[in-house]
Amino acid sequence: MKNGWLPRLAALALCGLLASCVTINIYFPAAAAQKAADKIIDKVWRLKTPPHSPKPKAGAPAPQPQKGGAR
Amino acid sequence: MTRWLMHSVLALLMLTLVTPVFAAANLEINTPAVSRLQASMQSRYQRLSRYFASGAVGLTHNGLVALRAASQVPLPQRQQVSALVSAENQDRRALYREIARANGHPEWEAEIQATFAQRWISKAPAGWWYQSPGGAWRRK
Repeated sequence: MKNGWLPRLAALALCGLLASCVTINIYFPAAAAQKAADKIIDKVWRLKTPPHSPKPKAGAPAPQPQKGGAR
Repeated sequence: MTRWLMHSVLALLMLTLVTPVFAAANLEINTPAVSRLQASMQSRYQRLSRYFASGAVGLTHNGLVALRAASQVPLPQRQQVSALVSAENQDRRALYREIARANGHPEWEAEIQATFAQRWISKAPAGWWYQSPGGAWRRK
């Protein structure tokens, strides 16, 4: 058989696929967990203002973008 | 034909190498339950922060909070503070459990809790009290 190596290579690839799945199951993503923890802690303790700070001050009128004001 | 098959196998191999890297890059924390717990803890913090600052409440080594010096809280408020502490711990436990569950790995709960324990303490402002891994209280 000329192509006898092919099934072996396919089996090897399958082993690789299975091994990588097992790897995800075993290893805890420590760096990702730390990133997630930091995000949540910053919000709970309000350590950083969120990127879209929503509340404009009452009383002060919001600056309106002028239309057609280009000179 | 042989070449095509070889390319398919190679593509599959590359996919197996690349996929886990992306899978581990981020933990899912944008679930309704996580948002709800986060908001609840955020609003409780407004009442709890002065007790952290006074040292009456401290951060434990396992990612929770504890009433460490009840004598620093005026007697009429003591019950309220211990209720805040136990509500906070309930939320924190639920948060760790929910993050593990949302990522399809309930068995990660303890590791997530340990990660949070470290991060709460390292992000705490100076003057707050925290527990060393051995259980002794220290001031930042």
